[in-house]
Amino acid sequence: MRQFALILLGAITALLASVSVADTETAGVLEDPLVKANVNIYDKVSKQRGAKLFVNYCMGCHSLQYQRYGRLGEDLGIPEDIVLENLNFVSDRIGDTMQNAMDKKDAAEWFGATPPDLTMVARLRSPDWLYSYLIGFYEDASRPYGYNNKIFPLVGMPHVLADLEEELGDEKFREAMLDLTNFLVYTAEPIQETRRKIGFGVLFFLLILLIPAYLLKREYWKDVK
Amino acid sequence: MIQRLLKGSIDWVDARLPVVDAFKTHMSEYYAPKNFNFWYYFGVLSMIVLVNQLVTGIWLTMFYSPTDAFASVEYIMRDVQFGWLIRYMHAVGASAFFAVVYLHMFRGLMYGSYKPPRELVWICGMLIYLALMAEGFLGYVLPWGNMSYWGAQVIISLAEAIPFQVIPFVDGDKAAAMGEALTTWVRGDYLLSDATVNKFFALHVVAIPLVLVALVVLHILALHEVGSNNPDGVEIKENLDENGIPKDGIPFHPYYTVKDLVGVVIFLMVFALVVFFFPDMGGYFLEKPNFEPANPLVTPDHIAPVWYYGPYYAMLRATTFSFIFNAKTWGMIIMGGGIAVLFVLPWLDRHPVKSIRYKGLFSKITLWLFAIFFLALGYLGTQPADNSFLGLSFTTWAQIGTFYYFIYFLVFLPFGHRFEKSKPVPTRVTGGKA
Repeated sequence: MRQFALILLGAITALLASVSVADTETAGVLEDPLVKANVNIYDKVSKQRGAKLFVNYCMGCHSLQYQRYGRLGEDLGIPEDIVLENLNFVSDRIGDTMQNAMDKKDAAEWFGATPPDLTMVARLRSPDWLYSYLIGFYEDASRPYGYNNKIFPLVGMPHVLADLEEELGDEKFREAMLDLTNFLVYTAEPIQETRRKIGFGVLFFLLILLIPAYLLKREYWKDVK
Repeated sequence: MIQRLLKGSIDWVDARLPVVDAFKTHMSEYYAPKNFNFWYYFGVLSMIVLVNQLVTGIWLTMFYSPTDAFASVEYIMRDVQFGWLIRYMHAVGASAFFAVVYLHMFRGLMYGSYKPPRELVWICGMLIYLALMAEGFLGYVLPWGNMSYWGAQVIISLAEAIPFQVIPFVDGDKAAAMGEALTTWVRGDYLLSDATVNKFFALHVVAIPLVLVALVVLHILALHEVGSNNPDGVEIKENLDENGIPKDGIPFHPYYTVKDLVGVVIFLMVFALVVFFFPDMGGYFLEKPNFEPANPLVTPDHIAPVWYYGPYYAMLRATTFSFIFNAKTWGMIIMGGGIAVLFVLPWLDRHPVKSIRYKGLFSKITLWLFAIFFLALGYLGTQPADNSFLGLSFTTWAQIGTFYYFIYFLVFLPFGHRFEKSKPVPTRVTGGKA
């Protein structure tokens, strides 16, 4: 039994270690070290601010084609009428997904590539990558729109947030980008908050179940010599 | 009254279908050695994971659509009630299946569980492993993410490397045409498309599961015919009491059912920990490129198989020589050979002693080296080949690992006993730890 517990402990340690190793490896591949995005996925207000930024600055070009407005309102604690009035500029139905009106062919011509759908960008790249990208724009006169990006060199996207960056100043802008990152971490997996909550319940239940299971085993095995 | 009714019903059924007999043969009067240790949980755990895969799989098919694959997976993740849980249980379950099966196989290797009279138990098990590899590959393609696409591209293109030119009267051109025709047939189209996904869906949910379940039944029937091995490698049937029951045996039910229950609960805790807290396991269980739809125009930076194919994929890539055939063909032959050699394991191992406990130092060292090299090959298979470690490239390391793998099975197992002195094997099982 003790051996079993030790092996279990070892397995969990290895598991945690492998996850952190995997993270650093992704970072190592890129030219510039990524800035850590310390998002708090439980911070609803931050995600609300991120949603506002997204519909105002990003959604002209980028869709969230798997994210529904209604689900967004429910998860982020925004009443339905406010969602329809302030976030949904494209349709008038709460059950719709967050599409945009830009023609994909036009977009490809304007920017050299169709702006990708961003529903799962936080899982496709990583939250750190996303945050580093958002704060990574710098002036570069050789580029068609006057800006380049530190971690996505020669990116086709213009620095849409340049005005906001100037208006807010460096520190406030970084906070805003953290909110935006947080929002996209949410859309990548809307269930993640609930998932962890249920997880604790399940583990607690199994831990309790382990007690009678172990006692039952001990009782039966008493007579095995 | 109720008891009489119950007994009456059981008798009625039993007169027509031998349920009581079957329960006795396989549970309450199946005598298992009393000295099973930690390593003997992984058989029952494989069964648990199989059931998990079947049940969650049935529910996934209710919502998945092969003609709109990527979007339907997101529909399951977002709009279906508890769809995310079913999907994560299935995806993590695939990795869990291989994890417990690899540990189960290693147990066999440690204690010589494939040796006479258990050769067919091992071979049925190997067939299960083979079916599982096919099932895992087919299932991996179904979400139709970008890694699904490119992974399938790499694996299906292996059909083109089959050396058809060994057939008489088939020249190089004809062989190439045959390879191409075979690839087209596997894809069901001239390129990977919805036709491929539809076809793989059918194979993944009907054909291979049927084969898997049938093989599991055979595996257990064969095991219960010859009886379980144990960490001492002692045949408990050689020491019977006056009733013909092995002295070192205990009825599987209730002793091992209650003991396995503890193991199952602990396994479920690890499983739940992954499902609820690390469902993509930092990219090892759900790879990052699979969060965007299949795209023939965008190749992922690094096409890697899921971890459980790592060892054999590393062998494929490690093969860089060409002689008569090209390197890809040799890679496929070596990869296939790596699996084929396991099938003849019962006849390769000529050690007079079954269990590693009583084998000599040489066997112990070579076995643990084998475990280390196998894990290393698994890691190398998932990594880009241009990295290096201790001044040697990953490709060189994979070549060393592959070489050791074959040397272990073809030289050390058949002849290792000549280089060592084994300990005396007891006639009865010991209570000792592994």
